[in-house]
Amino acid sequence: MSILVNADTKVAIQGITGSAGAFHARRMAEYGTKVVAGVTPGKGGARFDDTVPIFDTVARAVTETGAEVSCIFVPPAFAADAVAEAAEAGIRLVVVITEGIPTLDMIAARRLLDARGVRMIGPNCPGIITPGECKVGIAPGYVHKPGRVGVVSRSGTLTYEAVWQLSSLGIGQSTCIGIGGDPVGGVDFVDALELFDADEGTDAVVLIGEIGGAAEERAAEFIRRGFRKPVVAFVAGVTAPPGRRMGHAGAIVSGSAGRAADKIEALRGAGVAVAENPAEIGATLAGLLRRRPRASQRKRGRK
Amino acid sequence: MRMDGGALRGIHRLQYSRPRKPRAAGDGRWLAEREARRMKLHEHQAKEMLRAAGIPVPAGRVAFSVDEAEEAARAIIAETGNPAVVVKAQIHAGGRGKGGGIKVVSGATAAREAAAGILGMTLVTPQTGPSGRVVRRLLVEQAIAAGRELYAGLVVDRERRRTTVMLSAEGGMEIEEVARKHPGRVLTRPIDPAWGMRAFEARDMAYALSLGEPVSGKLARVLAALHKVFVSADCSLIEINPLVVTDSGDVVALDAKAVLDDNAAFRHKDRKALEDPDEEDPAEAAARAAGFSYVRMGGDVGCLVNGAGLAMATMDILKQHGGEPANFLDVGGGASKEQVQAAFKVILTDPAVKSIFVNIFGGILRCDVLAEGVVAAVREAGMAVPLVVRLEGTNVERGRALLAESGLAIVVGADMDDGARKAVHLARGERARPGGSPS
Repeated sequence: MSILVNADTKVAIQGITGSAGAFHARRMAEYGTKVVAGVTPGKGGARFDDTVPIFDTVARAVTETGAEVSCIFVPPAFAADAVAEAAEAGIRLVVVITEGIPTLDMIAARRLLDARGVRMIGPNCPGIITPGECKVGIAPGYVHKPGRVGVVSRSGTLTYEAVWQLSSLGIGQSTCIGIGGDPVGGVDFVDALELFDADEGTDAVVLIGEIGGAAEERAAEFIRRGFRKPVVAFVAGVTAPPGRRMGHAGAIVSGSAGRAADKIEALRGAGVAVAENPAEIGATLAGLLRRRPRASQRKRGRK
Repeated sequence: MRMDGGALRGIHRLQYSRPRKPRAAGDGRWLAEREARRMKLHEHQAKEMLRAAGIPVPAGRVAFSVDEAEEAARAIIAETGNPAVVVKAQIHAGGRGKGGGIKVVSGATAAREAAAGILGMTLVTPQTGPSGRVVRRLLVEQAIAAGRELYAGLVVDRERRRTTVMLSAEGGMEIEEVARKHPGRVLTRPIDPAWGMRAFEARDMAYALSLGEPVSGKLARVLAALHKVFVSADCSLIEINPLVVTDSGDVVALDAKAVLDDNAAFRHKDRKALEDPDEEDPAEAAARAAGFSYVRMGGDVGCLVNGAGLAMATMDILKQHGGEPANFLDVGGGASKEQVQAAFKVILTDPAVKSIFVNIFGGILRCDVLAEGVVAAVREAGMAVPLVVRLEGTNVERGRALLAESGLAIVVGADMDDGARKAVHLARGERARPGGSPS
C-alpha cells in the first residue's frame, strides 16, 4: 500500500528532452516507473531513447497513453503554463520539479488546480516515490526501501538524508513526498498526513520541516486533533539567525513567527517525537517503533 | 499626481458576488509570509513605482552628493512653494529615523547641511544589525504635514494562496505590534488572482475605516492601484507606513517599502537598474551572481551543501558537535562544476574559515559533478584548509571514485554525523578522529 502513486501509475514527463528532464526520465524508467509519454512542443512523433513516445501537447499524451500523473521539468518562465496544461488535459497529480517559478504564477496555477480538483506536489521539490514501485521526480532511488513508514518533507536533500537513515536501519517506507519549500505550493503537511492516515500500508510518519511559514504548526494542530499514527519530526534551522534569508523561498525567520523553536514546541505539544540532531531522525523513529510496533488499523470515515 | 480613474472604470460591481466582510488578521499571520526570494528596493525606487501607478507621493528627488541634495531641495521648494523639506537616508533597512537618518529642515541651505551630516554616516538601526550601513544616497522630499497616519500593505498569504491586502487605521508604528496586540485593528483581504482587486473590494476595506469623504474614496483608489503595482511588478511585499491623510484630504504615501520576487526577474529586464550592490555583502553578492545562496554566519567551519534544508541541518549538526558554522551555503539543485568551484572561492574569502565541510546528498545535483568541481577548485586554489567531504545520492560511486583518484588529501565523512564531527575537530586544529561507520 502507498499513497498517490504505485506500480500501476502511468507517468508523463513534461520537458523530457531537456537535460534534467532526460536524465531523470531515464532514472525513473530504470527504477521501474511506468514512463508512458514525454511532452515537448515541436517534437511530437519522435521517441525518447527509442522507446517513450513524445507528444506536442499533454492532451495528446493523455489520450494516447492514458497518462495520469505528470512530472514537470520545464523552465520557470513556462512552468505555470505547463501545470495548467496538465490540469486541463485530465492529469490527476502534477509533480513540479522546476525551481524558481514566480510566486504570482503559482497563485494563478493553484487556483486552476483547485477548481479542477487536481493535486500538485511542489514546485521546487524532489517529487514523490513509492519505494520499489514508482518514482516521480529526482530523488535518488537507491536510498529508498519498501516498507511501512510515510515520509513528508519541505526540504529536498534533507529528505534523502532522512530516508537513507531509515533504510540503513532496515526501516522501509510506504511513500515519500517532498512537498517543496516555496511560498505557494500544492500538497502540504496536512494533506499528506490525511493521506497517510487513511493508508493501511503506513504505520508511522516522518515529518521534516524547516524555519519559516506556519506549515509545521498547522501539522501539529492536525496531529493533535486525532492523527492516530506515531510521528517523528525534525525542524531544520534551529541555529539560523532571525531575519536572514536562508536559500530558498520558505526558509527565513522573520520576527517571532516561523522560528524553529516555536515549531518544535508545537509538534512536541501534539505528541510528536522531535529529533534534535538531524543525524538521529532514523534512530528516533526506530525507538518509537520498538515501543509501539504497529499503529492501530482502525479506519476513519474518510476516503 | 492625479489618480487615474480610467483604469478602474471598466470593472463593474459583481451582482452575484456578495462583498465579504474584510477579515481581521490573525496573530502576526503575515509575518510568516515575508519569505519569498527577495530583492529589496530603496524608498525612492518604491515611491517612483507608486507614483507611476497614480498613487500620490511627496515631490522628491534622489541625491548622491551634498550638492545634489541642495539642488534637489531648491527645486522642490520652488515647485511646492514650501520651504520645509525632509532629507532621508536611503538604505535597505527600516528604523532610519531613530538612528538619525531622517532630518526635517527648512530651506535649501539647511538641507545641504543635513545631507552633509547623513551622507557617509554609518547608520545603525534595529534592522541593520550592530555594524550598521553606510549611507550613500539620500531622498530629498517635500515635507508633508501629516494628519491621520494609516498603514497599507500587500503580501502573499501562503495559507490562503492569495495576494492579500492589509489596511489599518493605526499607521506610523510597527504594524506587527499593532496586529499582535489588537488583531482586529488590521484588516486583511485575499484577492482572487483571476480578477485582481475589484473596485468594490477596495471600497469595502477603505470605507471600513470610516474616514469620511473624499478620503475614503481616495483611499479605495490607492488600494486598488497598489494591488495593480504589486502584480505588474511581481512584488513579494509592499508596505506604505505611514499612508497619511493630509489636512486637505489627500491620501499620500509618506514612506514606501517594496520587495520584489527574484524568481520573476526574467520578465522584468528593467530590474538591473534597481539593484544597489553597496547594500549587499560582497561575498553574498558574488554568490548570487554565480547562482547560489551564501550567508556569512561568523564561525570557522565553512559549509558547502546542496539544498536549503540540508544546509540548515548541517549548520545545526555542526553546533551539536561544538562547532560554529562559518556560513550557510546552498549550491542549489542543478549546480555545475563551475558553480561548485565558485562556491569554494566564496567560502575561502572568509578568513575565519579553518576547515570546510562538504555535505552533499545528490538528487538533481549529481555526485560526480560535485566531485569534479571540488577537485578543480582545490587544484586551482590549493588546499588552504582541511577539507571533509561526505557524498551520498545520485552517481555517488563515480563521485567517490573521482575524489579518491585525485590523490588530494580529502578527509572522507562516512555520514553526516561523522563528517560534521571531523570538520569541527579539524577546525580546532585537532586531527580528525575516526568516528561513525559507513552504514
